[in-house]
Amino acid sequence: MTYEPKSLKVVGTRPVRHDGPDKVTGRANYASDFTLPGMLWGSILRSPHAHAKVISINTDKARAHPGVKAVITGADLPLPPPGVTQAGESAINTQHLAKNLLARDKVFYDGHPVAAVAAISEAIAREALGLIEIEYEVLPHVIDVDEAMKADAPLLHDDLFTEGVEPRPETPSNIAKRIVVSKGDIEKGFAEADIVIERTYTTKAVHQGYIEPQGCVANYAEDGQAMVWCSSQGQFVIRDLCITMLGMEASSLKVIPAEIGGGFGGKTTVYLEPLALMLSKASGRPVKMTMSRGEVLRATGPHSGSSMTARIGAMKDGTITSAEVVIKFQAGAFPGSPVGAAVMFCSAPYDIPNLSITGYDVVVNIAKVHAYRAPGAPNGAFAFETVLDELAHELKMDPIDFRAKNSAVEGSKSPYGPTYGPLGGIECLSSAKNHPHYKVNLGPNQGRGVASGFWINIGGQSAATVVVNRDGTISLVEGCPDIGGSRASLAMMCAEVLGIAAEKVRPSIVDTTAIAFNDVTGGSRVTFATGIAVVQATEDAVRQMRERAAKMWDIDVDQVGWRDGAAQEMNGNRSLTISQIAQKAAKTGGQIMGHASINASGAGPSLTTHLCDLEVDRETGKITILRYTAFQDAGKAVHPSYVEGQMQGGVVQGIGWALNEEYIHDENGRLENAGFLDYRMPVASDLPMIDAVIIEVPNPNHPFGVRGVGEAPIVPPLAAIANAIYDATGVRMRDLPFSPPKVLAALEAAEKAKANG
Amino acid sequence: MQYQSPASIDEAVAALATIGGARVLAGGTDLLVQLRSGSASPAAVIDIKNIAGLRTISETAEGFRIGAAVSGAEITDHEALVRAWPGVTEAAGLIGSTQVQGRASLGGNVCNASPAADTTPALIAARAVAEIIGPGGRRSIPVEQIATGPGKTSLASGEIVVSFLLPKRPARSADAYLRLIPRTEMDIAVAGAGVSLTLNEDGTIADARVGIGAVAPTALVLDGAPGILVGTKLEDAVLEKLAQMAGAAARPIDDKRGTIDYRRKVVGVLAKRAALIAYERAKGAR
Ligand SMILES: Cc1cc2nc3c(=O)[nH]c(=O)nc-3n(C[C@H](O)[C@H](O)[C@H](O)COP(=O)(O)OP(=O)(O)OC[C@H]3O[C@@H](n4cnc5c(N)ncnc54)[C@H](O)[C@@H]3O)c2cc1C
Repeated sequence: MTYEPKSLKVVGTRPVRHDGPDKVTGRANYASDFTLPGMLWGSILRSPHAHAKVISINTDKARAHPGVKAVITGADLPLPPPGVTQAGESAINTQHLAKNLLARDKVFYDGHPVAAVAAISEAIAREALGLIEIEYEVLPHVIDVDEAMKADAPLLHDDLFTEGVEPRPETPSNIAKRIVVSKGDIEKGFAEADIVIERTYTTKAVHQGYIEPQGCVANYAEDGQAMVWCSSQGQFVIRDLCITMLGMEASSLKVIPAEIGGGFGGKTTVYLEPLALMLSKASGRPVKMTMSRGEVLRATGPHSGSSMTARIGAMKDGTITSAEVVIKFQAGAFPGSPVGAAVMFCSAPYDIPNLSITGYDVVVNIAKVHAYRAPGAPNGAFAFETVLDELAHELKMDPIDFRAKNSAVEGSKSPYGPTYGPLGGIECLSSAKNHPHYKVNLGPNQGRGVASGFWINIGGQSAATVVVNRDGTISLVEGCPDIGGSRASLAMMCAEVLGIAAEKVRPSIVDTTAIAFNDVTGGSRVTFATGIAVVQATEDAVRQMRERAAKMWDIDVDQVGWRDGAAQEMNGNRSLTISQIAQKAAKTGGQIMGHASINASGAGPSLTTHLCDLEVDRETGKITILRYTAFQDAGKAVHPSYVEGQMQGGVVQGIGWALNEEYIHDENGRLENAGFLDYRMPVASDLPMIDAVIIEVPNPNHPFGVRGVGEAPIVPPLAAIANAIYDATGVRMRDLPFSPPKVLAALEAAEKAKANG
Repeated sequence: MQYQSPASIDEAVAALATIGGARVLAGGTDLLVQLRSGSASPAAVIDIKNIAGLRTISETAEGFRIGAAVSGAEITDHEALVRAWPGVTEAAGLIGSTQVQGRASLGGNVCNASPAADTTPALIAARAVAEIIGPGGRRSIPVEQIATGPGKTSLASGEIVVSFLLPKRPARSADAYLRLIPRTEMDIAVAGAGVSLTLNEDGTIADARVGIGAVAPTALVLDGAPGILVGTKLEDAVLEKLAQMAGAAARPIDDKRGTIDYRRKVVGVLAKRAALIAYERAKGAR
């Protein structure tokens, strides 16, 4: 489907979201709101060690407890055949997944599940965990990515040989993979540069921080048919991972999506569901499992900590001639960090002739990392965009002008291969430069930072059904969990095509047996890809309604047009509304239902530029964000409030990551801050209003010009804040997070260095 | 676990004395968290919120008496109290968030004996006296004598703090409390400082008291502070000395929330800043 400019009545307006009232009144049902008669409670026994051999597991005492109905360990979950399942932005290795669900001979992180029980109450389930006896042999562990790459580092997997290096190494290591993106000749490029700056950066592991912990209810019947209620970013990926783990048939498992309380990429895989199914199968009763916040932080997808070196060269006129970046990512217990995205996208806003970007995927003793909003891109942008800021300062160029001079535009070749179509980078930069925010004067100890970001966005498989009801209302059936307002946007696109109000379209997200397979809600794909499916399904319904009208009027369908929710006779003035057509449907050929199932390509990348003003308290090191404006190309904002909401949410997560969020481990590799008191996400009062400026450079591959918007906004904040700290204090900070003790130490070190000349 | 909700102090004291391992429940914002995390599993909780005398604020010839179970929101809503004790009340108002404010009490904050409790340094600076009733009768002690270490108090078994008395004081008196947290709320102090001052007519300091928190196993009285502050108008050099003294008195630990070095510095900065705020407030105070 291609973009065509048209006058719009619904798309671009701001109706109340369909799921809004239920959410604000508390009626919405989240994962842990489901209860079944006879239900048991499942609970997981987790490793207290960062790295250990499991010598023995004895579950006899737990099994003997009268309230305990089932106990499972790794021995009950045979390894599935090797394979890789694609889950949005993450590729999931099925055998690693099985070992992550339940450890076998080794535990790889604090929080790694070792056994699970189902009991008649939550308290008994927890008590029973205390009855399971496990003998461990504690092994040395490694968490820091640079340490893990050393030849003498504790080895996690003795069968892991680095992929992507020729010849294949003869000894195993913690380096799972090397990825290289390159073009031109970087040394030639650096030779042409008048100035070259090279810097090293580190970031700590951070968590998605969704408010709703993982939870599910599973019910496995005697005939092998099963159901799971859970909150996820994709009921189909939950189904497919469960059936792969348990050797079931797709038609035997129905996954019913609950309302979701945040995912940010972290809910595109399974942690509980297969275990709940196993416990339900073993006990013959429904089993409910929910995680505590501590379990969420210890054992579900954090995002990789990283270590990066960026070297960029530019000429006096501001032309960037060459860039070399090395990026190392923590993968957690098993390979598969999103380092590839950092490699491909850190330089993607720019057209740089000579590039060499290398990424390393490194296993370490923390939970297996999982996708987190624009997975990997913020890390890369942190390094790249702060070196750019240093270059702009050295060249005495405005940082926005410097970026604009090097911006990729339509026709530029992307670092990762394809040639760009229309791209909003320049538009974001010029909008930022002309915005009143950029002109406000700053006071003492205040600074302003600029940074840009890129996210590729994806398409993928989506299906939609448009059911026409007798009263002219529409039931819109789709299969992508709504994590950011997509129900509203999809209903609006359906309403636009029909020419009716958005309120007349009721969207619902249905279970795995009620619609064809849909990819996960991830990669900022739903408004784009499912949007296309919805438009096609709606057009299908419109075509059918025109046919029915033609039948009712006894004229040729070519003589029937469609406008404002009604079939219109072209050479006359008769018209038939949706309900008039629907009420006669039984007589004109049966009920009317439009359908589409697609695999969308051509998602347009989203570019963004951020301005951040902050103040540094020089005596305490505490940073206060004063003002923040995000400029982003949305292609077309279907529901501008939710585009703004995505931009604001991404910025806030980026601010938290920059200022305080980090995984802190003790000397034994145990997570010390497995709770929201000491894993410090921002609270509302920490932040100013985040201003969102939507830029619209239509994506040619979507009927309304939509680009994904959900992920790009988390990409620039780390660098924008680092650059603003420099502007406020003259100090460059390169190790996240910029928490008060670290900022004060950096300011004092700079003072000292100054005093010593 | 038993739950009891007595209507009088005597009943509460009797219940605490007879049920071994019973705990007082005020707002529950510390205790319920401990119950849920499994770090406390008392045989009984004795809810003191229905004891009328523990839920009132009164002004008498002696000063303000704040019932131990009065919530933060009730404290910051009390205009006369806020006027007289801006520092103590701002400390009480800092606890948690709007939701937590509806429940969190001074008694709970002080008796939970967290080194980082926000009201304790402010109450210390205010020379607050805790009034206690137990099986042995009634006694009064300065607030700094309640906590003896993290999570530990000097209260004997069966004893309940019933109220805090903030003494009457002369014109030109005011107090202030500041803490440092990495966020703006829902956090735990990395360091805190409460300062209470009385000024002479000429603007020099006549009386001063400083309490610091989160930098030692218990909140501390900065004994040397009057010696530095009295007779001055908080000139820069005086403030610098105060900051140094606070840093030197601190006995902090290195942990995930801050380093020893950081806490020493910041507690000095906070003492200095709180002193300046108290001084400005005292100038205008009747
Ligand atoms: C989200 C959140 C944020 C918080 N933020 C802060 C903060 O910013 N600053 C801060 O200092 N604290 C904070 N706290 C901790 C807590 O809210 C305060 O310490 C509060 O003042 C405790 O009062 P309470 O009435 O809820 O105490 P409770 O939980 O009822 O009791 C606490 C302890 O004191 C004992 N106790 C209570 N009253 C008496 C009494 N009258 N006599 C004897 N013993 C008694 C109880 O047995 C228990 O051991 C926070 C807590 C939460 C959950």
